[in-house]
Amino acid sequence: MSTMSRDETEALIQEVLEVYPAKAKKDREKHLAVNDHEVEQSKKCITSNKKSLPGVMTVRGCAYAGSKGVVWGPIKDMIHISHGPVGCGQYSRNGRRNYYIGTTGINAFVTMNFTSDFQEKDIVFGGDKKLSKLLEEVETLFPLNKGVSIQSECPIGLIGDDIEAVAKKATAATGKTVVPVRCEGFRGVSQSLGHHIANDAVRDWALDKRDDDDSFEKTAYDVAIIGDYNIGGDAWSSRILLEEIGLRVVSQWSGDGTIAEMELTPKVKLNLVHCYRSMNYISRHMEEKYGIPWMEYNFFGPTKTDESLRKIAAFFDESIQQKAEEVIAKYKLQYDTIIEKFRPRLEGKRVMLYIGGLRPRHVIGAYEDLGMEVVGTGYEFAHNDDYDRTIKEMGNATLLYDDVTGYEFEEFVKKVKPDLIGSGIKEKYIFQKMGVPFRQMHSWDYSGPYHGYDGFAIFARDMDMTLNNPCWKKLQAPWQVEETTEEAVAASA
Amino acid sequence: MPSVMIRKDNEGKMTLYVAKKDQEDEISTIEFESADKWGGLIEMTDGTKYFIEPLDAMPKLPITLRARRG
Repeated sequence: MSTMSRDETEALIQEVLEVYPAKAKKDREKHLAVNDHEVEQSKKCITSNKKSLPGVMTVRGCAYAGSKGVVWGPIKDMIHISHGPVGCGQYSRNGRRNYYIGTTGINAFVTMNFTSDFQEKDIVFGGDKKLSKLLEEVETLFPLNKGVSIQSECPIGLIGDDIEAVAKKATAATGKTVVPVRCEGFRGVSQSLGHHIANDAVRDWALDKRDDDDSFEKTAYDVAIIGDYNIGGDAWSSRILLEEIGLRVVSQWSGDGTIAEMELTPKVKLNLVHCYRSMNYISRHMEEKYGIPWMEYNFFGPTKTDESLRKIAAFFDESIQQKAEEVIAKYKLQYDTIIEKFRPRLEGKRVMLYIGGLRPRHVIGAYEDLGMEVVGTGYEFAHNDDYDRTIKEMGNATLLYDDVTGYEFEEFVKKVKPDLIGSGIKEKYIFQKMGVPFRQMHSWDYSGPYHGYDGFAIFARDMDMTLNNPCWKKLQAPWQVEETTEEAVAASA
Repeated sequence: MPSVMIRKDNEGKMTLYVAKKDQEDEISTIEFESADKWGGLIEMTDGTKYFIEPLDAMPKLPITLRARRG
């Protein structure tokens, strides 16, 4: 099926909405839209960041997921305690593939699960004593930790424990940073509020620790990578590019990051924001308090990477700009071969995305570099400002869906018939069983990195590997295959 | 009384950001914009209005202020 017209897309949305009861239909209608380049502000065409409809399947996470899983979790030299019942920490453990350098259990703790394992008596009598004891034990068992963050699970907020007091007492005893984070899962409508709460916790408890300390030697080329979680090594493949153009990366937030890097961030010249959704809050704060400007960039696909490197270089002097051009020219040879190899195999294929954070709009460029077209995109937990940015990136009359329900997504796929879907693990097997090639785009389907020029090579290979996999032709049972093909096979043998 | 942050974006346009609503829009007019008086009624490009108690001096942007619906 070729590209759909505006009317067809609108008709499709109406058709899908048909099954809902009137009230649900009214609600869901606002979250589905046809992209229109003439709309300047997304709030006129799509509603976002609203409570999911009861009774439908949503793939959203909770505030705890946003704080512990996304923002705080990857900071490798801190211990992140899942404070509350055991499940939240255990089932989210080691799921996001935030790579890091360090010896796990000695000086790095990302993939470990620390929990206060709440029992009935802790709910009844309060868990503060248990938390104090846990903090002491952690100090004895893992003396090389550089700090602790206490990530609240739902019951903490419900029973009203005073984790701030415990944190202050622990800091006084050990001198290490102890951060209480009030990211109880029931707060907000999705993980998005968790990001905000985590950013606020960084601001209030960690960021200003070295404000009066000028011993850190600054250079004019200091930058910080904000909002890169080093999934499959993403931050590393971004970092080498920035270093190659002559910048000094002082800190990585928060993939492969440390608490020391966080404390040094207020001393940089520019904050480079990759994931706008989860880290814009702290960037705005640093701009106001320390006067550090921030800039969004996009390292998916060579076109966008070139663009971003030039944009970043333009902020600095000519020596950086010149080096940026050299770097772009150097990698052009590399990525031209990649495009030459994979583009003919992927040309014209159509992709539907449904992911979170920055990817629904950021990866579009990478697909376009391979000659593919993104025909539908959507966010789990975006806000209006994300859609403002998405409208420009997407083609006219393509589908936009916010917090799409399981039913809607399946129906869209049945009608739009994309050649590839990029979404999460919860969608993966449904669509594979429907016979549609699928990439799990939350943690790059256990591959990666996808950022930068090096990442693009892996991205292109992965997309080809998935789309052109011979298994998609084998979905029909052998005895159901038409006679003619069987003869052809026999003839060729 | 939402807390709003006023900043200049990369193109030098003044924007107003409402943290609570995660909404960032361009400012079209500010009632007072001189060296000794700054603030007052702020109108956004989409027509929304906010009122900020006028300040005595031009502030250093970005700045977070309390705003009322204008």
